[in-house]
Amino acid sequence: MSRPDLAAPPADIAVAFSQLLRGLGLSVPTSCTHTFAAALCETGLDDRDTTYWVGRSTLVRRMEDIALYDRAFAVFFEGRRSNGLDEPLEEPLSITIAVDTDDDDSADGDDADATDEEVIELRFSATEILRHKDFADYSADELAQAQELMSHLRLIGAPRASLRRGPTSRRTSTPDIRRTVRSAIRAGGEPIERHHLAPTPRLRRLVLLLDVSGSMEPYARALLRFVHAAVAGRQKVEAFALGTRLTRITRELASRDPDIAVRAAGQRVTDWSGGTRLGSGLRRFNDDWGVRGLARNSVVVILSDGWDRGDPDELGAEMQRLQRVTHRLIWVNPLKVTPGYAPLARGMAAALPYVDRFVEGHSVAAMEELTRVIAEG
Amino acid sequence: MTPNTVAGALSRHGYLPDEGISTAVFLAMTLNRPLLLEGEAGVGKTELAKTLAAATGGQLIRLQCYEGIDVSQAVYDWDYARQLLHLRATEATGESTTRTADELEAELYGERFLIKRALLRAIEPVEGPPPVLLIDEIDRADDEFEAYLLEILSDFQITIPEVGVFRADRPPIVILTSNRTRDVHDALKRRCLYHWVEHPGFDREVAIVRLRVPEIDAELARQVAGAVETLRGLSLYKPPGVAETIDWATALGRLGATELDEHVVANTLGTVVKYREDNQRVEQHGMADLVQQAIATGRAHRDAPGQLTIDDA
Repeated sequence: MSRPDLAAPPADIAVAFSQLLRGLGLSVPTSCTHTFAAALCETGLDDRDTTYWVGRSTLVRRMEDIALYDRAFAVFFEGRRSNGLDEPLEEPLSITIAVDTDDDDSADGDDADATDEEVIELRFSATEILRHKDFADYSADELAQAQELMSHLRLIGAPRASLRRGPTSRRTSTPDIRRTVRSAIRAGGEPIERHHLAPTPRLRRLVLLLDVSGSMEPYARALLRFVHAAVAGRQKVEAFALGTRLTRITRELASRDPDIAVRAAGQRVTDWSGGTRLGSGLRRFNDDWGVRGLARNSVVVILSDGWDRGDPDELGAEMQRLQRVTHRLIWVNPLKVTPGYAPLARGMAAALPYVDRFVEGHSVAAMEELTRVIAEG
Repeated sequence: MTPNTVAGALSRHGYLPDEGISTAVFLAMTLNRPLLLEGEAGVGKTELAKTLAAATGGQLIRLQCYEGIDVSQAVYDWDYARQLLHLRATEATGESTTRTADELEAELYGERFLIKRALLRAIEPVEGPPPVLLIDEIDRADDEFEAYLLEILSDFQITIPEVGVFRADRPPIVILTSNRTRDVHDALKRRCLYHWVEHPGFDREVAIVRLRVPEIDAELARQVAGAVETLRGLSLYKPPGVAETIDWATALGRLGATELDEHVVANTLGTVVKYREDNQRVEQHGMADLVQQAIATGRAHRDAPGQLTIDDA
């Protein structure tokens, strides 16, 4: 791309630059382009820094998008085309992940990490068997069926009393002055009817942290569907992928169509099936999201086998920090069902003292149980 | 007005903005758009709104958000006690017999009994410069309230069913802040300009300290800024913001310190480091090292002063 003709009308420049940003995956509504153009008319295009800040305050709306904006700005306004848009910007987008159910590299049973759990053979129906089968032992077909089953899971989060009050027919200690006075005025100033307020119930926020490291590979695909079912089904759910880094995947998973959502999330997560540093990933989560407020008074669910290459002390410290602010900290470990399982993985051992509930997560039935645990509040 | 005049006006009132902030504020004022500020706690988001009010001469109207905040706390409410009292008084004096029910009702829901809260006050016509409306920590409010804000922030008008529509003849300057404990809704973000506030660079931080804590020595100001810079690199749970830097410098000034030393740092560390774990991390790093580095940084910048001084800021 060549340097734009800066003598062109600001509107044209605004449109062209917005299109470039959109092409890079930034969401730029037309109203923002319009604002950008209006702003350029005020400031002109003579000063590089001013133009930079004008664009940033009108076109960017999330801190995470600033880096992308910076690169686009360099290419568009400064004509830095060398290793510009094509290669580096492609990088986070080009990783393909075998999340798709119908891929031929199916959930193979010969995975070394997979547990050889004996399948509880309940001979009611194929579905019934599938519900209890370990995710790691699934064939591609079964995985698709199980995902169908999981998309029917509806997570009902634990209710809590909100600070927002609403009318109630009960007698509470909080009078509803507005309604009481209204009916009093109707009765000529005599407060005959008394109305009351009570806290309205509200669902607790649910935060899901999914370990996407190599050791979780047989489970991560299936669990991601569970996470999707949770995000698509409820408003107050946040989802993160935890590997060597932390990736927020709430927005990607928001699509109703599970295939689109899971593919988008897979593309967003660049460290799929890599190593795990649970401690530093949790640290990031705590610093940037959790302790700030996202995890406060929420139900936080970590889906991980606890295999960790990082420092177990760090993991322990971060778990403690997280547990202090959450309403409930649930750890879902797909390996827990293995006969004779003991939390020997160093990470798991370090984390366990701070976990409120430690549950299984290897099968559809286990996930159904998890939805019950979450709903308990 | 240009971004530079905005920067000049703000720094004359004790806030040293970088170019990003001054451009964002300039645009908010010329395009009449709300400005959403996000950033770590203590980088001066709220302070910007206060200073802006001082600089423009407009009244500062602050709305602190919290969960469950609703129209009766943020926009308007009726003074029920006075309404009832008025009703009884008209009865007692026999006034009510001479008037129709409609008249009486119109009187009860007139402006006389209307309690105006922050948002309504902000769009009322005023003499002089338009007010600065600070909607603080919008992320603490719930979705219902955010949705309500949409009407106000796009049209600067408020509808009260019993009275009518209030519309601002000159829109207020609106600053929203968020600590990012949750995502603010896209619909709201789209109506706003957005600025992510960073920690200031070294020179700016020294200038801020000297401006806000004039009683301390220039050398000590540089040392404090240097020490804070080191602390921010220690990956603390809560890295100190500018607010903490100013607190620390003030504390050192009160204690009559002219230079950082281990003793005085240990005694005043509580003004910058607020977690037990962070305290331990600083101790691990070594208090002596911290002081050494700060003194060295201070000296280096005295010999090669940065671009920014208070005069040309």
